[in-house]
Amino acid sequence: MSSNLDQLYRQVIMDHYKNPRNKGQLGEDTVTINMNNPTCGDRIQLHLKVEDGKIADAKFDGEGCSISLASASMMTQSVKGLSVEDAIKFAHIFYDMMLGKDYDDTTFDLGDIEALQGVSKFPARIKCATLAWKAMEKGVGKEEEI
Amino acid sequence: MNAQEVRKLFPILHQEVNGKPLVYFDSAATSQKPVPVIEALEKYYREYNSNVHRGVHTLGTRATDAYEGAREKVRRFINAKSTQEVIFTRGTTTSINTVAASYGLSNLSEGDEIVITPMEHHSNIIPWQQVAKKTGATLKYIPLQEDGSIDLADVENTVTEHTKIVSVMHVSNVLGTINPVKEIGAIAHKHGAIMVVDGAQSTPHLKVDVQDLDCDFFAFSSHKMCGPTGIGVLYGKKALLNKMEPVEFGGEMIDFVDLYDSTWKELPWKFEAGTPIIAGAIGLGAAIDFLSDIGLENIHRHEEELAKYAIEQMSEMEGITIYGPKERAGIVTFNIDEVHPHDVATVLDAEGIAVRAGHHCAQPLMKWLNASSTARASFYLYNTKDEIDSFVKGLVTTKEYFGHVF
Repeated sequence: MSSNLDQLYRQVIMDHYKNPRNKGQLGEDTVTINMNNPTCGDRIQLHLKVEDGKIADAKFDGEGCSISLASASMMTQSVKGLSVEDAIKFAHIFYDMMLGKDYDDTTFDLGDIEALQGVSKFPARIKCATLAWKAMEKGVGKEEEI
Repeated sequence: MNAQEVRKLFPILHQEVNGKPLVYFDSAATSQKPVPVIEALEKYYREYNSNVHRGVHTLGTRATDAYEGAREKVRRFINAKSTQEVIFTRGTTTSINTVAASYGLSNLSEGDEIVITPMEHHSNIIPWQQVAKKTGATLKYIPLQEDGSIDLADVENTVTEHTKIVSVMHVSNVLGTINPVKEIGAIAHKHGAIMVVDGAQSTPHLKVDVQDLDCDFFAFSSHKMCGPTGIGVLYGKKALLNKMEPVEFGGEMIDFVDLYDSTWKELPWKFEAGTPIIAGAIGLGAAIDFLSDIGLENIHRHEEELAKYAIEQMSEMEGITIYGPKERAGIVTFNIDEVHPHDVATVLDAEGIAVRAGHHCAQPLMKWLNASSTARASFYLYNTKDEIDSFVKGLVTTKEYFGHVF
C-alpha cells in the first residue's frame, strides 16, 4: 500500500472518525449551519454558541467520509474558546495547509490537525477536509449579521 | 468482440496511475476516446476548419458536408425518419431543457401533470420541476419496485388523462436498470401524453431505434459514447418540432431578419442558434462509425458479461452491498460496510482503479436507496475480466486497509 495513502489515513484521523469529539446538538441560543458538498453528498450540521465575540461551544452532526468527519471533529476542538477573529485566522492557516502551502504553525496549537497534512496530496479530497471549516466561517459570519 | 484488440485503439488506457496499470471503470461518467475520433477532430482543425452554412469557399463547403454528414450518421444510428429530426445540442442536459423550455412551457398549464420516476438523473428532474413551478402543472413520480425496477401497473396507476408529459431514463446511471420505455411510452400515448426518453446511458451501449420505441423525444450525449464532450443530440418527431418555438435566437437559425421581427429556418436548424459545435459533431460521427463497426449488440453482450462476472465475485465477499436489479447494463453500484465510498474510491485510486463515488447526480434515488452516497464501477467495450480481477483485489485491499486502521 502506498505511503501516500498511509499519510492520508493517519491513525489519529481514523480515531476522530470512529470516535468523533463534540458530536451532537447544542441547546438554545446557538447558530446552526447546514453545509453540504454538492458533488458527493457529504453533509455537516454545525452548531456554534458565540458569546461576547468568542466561540463558547461547538458541536456537529452529519454524514460523510472519514476525512470530512475527522476534520469536523478536530475543528470543533480547535475553535472552542477562540475569539471569532482567531477562529477565522485558524481556518485560513488550515486552508494553507490543505493547499500544500507553507503554513503558520506557531500562532495556534495545531494539535491533531497536523495529521490532516496528507490530504494536500489528494486534491480531490481537500473539499472534504475544508467542509466543516467553511461551515464555521459561515456560522460566525451569520452571528455578526444578527 | 475482442476487448484486447479494442483497447489498442484507446491511447489513454495504456498508462500507469499511481504506479499501477490504469483500470478505468468510470465510463458512465464519461467514456474514453478511440484513435479514429481523436484523428477526426485533429483532421478537421488541421485541414478544413471553417464555419458551416455560409461562405462559398471550399473549406466552408467541406466543413458543412462533414457537419451535415455527421447528422446523417446520427439519423441512421438511432433510426430517425429524417435528419430534420436530429438536432445537435450541447448534450443530454441541454436536450431535455430544450423540450422543457419549448414544449413544456407552451403546452402545460395548471391542472396538467408531468410524470417522471425517482431514479432519474438530476437533468431529467430539475427541468420538469421548473416547468411545474412556472406553469402550475403537477410533477408526479412513478413508484419503484424494491429492486429499483419499474412495474408497468404502477405506470398505469400514475399516468392519467391530465398527464401531458412522461419522461423516463432508458438506463439508470446508478442501478443499471434497463427501463421498459417503449411500453411506458405506449401508456403515455394512450392518455394523450408525449414520451421523452433520457438516453444518456443507453445510446452508448444498446441498439436504439427511436421509431421502434415510438418516443416523441430522445436525448443523448456524445461523450459517453466515445465521442467528444460538448455535443449531444435531441431527437424529436417532426410534427412536434415543427410546432415548437426555438429557445435560443441569433445567427444560423434565422430565415429573414427585419428590424422588429424575424422568421426561422426550417428544421433542424431553427434549434441551432449560433455557430454550431462543428468539430464535436464530426467527432460524434466518427464515434458512431467506430461503435457501429464493432456492433452495439456485441458491446452490450460484453458489458453484461463483465457486470455478471463482477457481481458474482462481489457477492461472495462479506460486507458488500450491491444496488439494483439482477438484469442490468454494465453498471455496478455498491457500498462496503463501515467504509465511506469516498474512502473506497481513494484507496482504489491508489491501486490505479478509477471508480465514481458520490450521489451520481441522483439525490432522490440515493434517498430512496437510503444511502447518502455510493461507489460505482461502470464498464465499457474496452474493459476486460482481468481488470475486474484487479478491481476485486482492490476491494479486498480496501477492506483490509480499513480493517487495520480501525
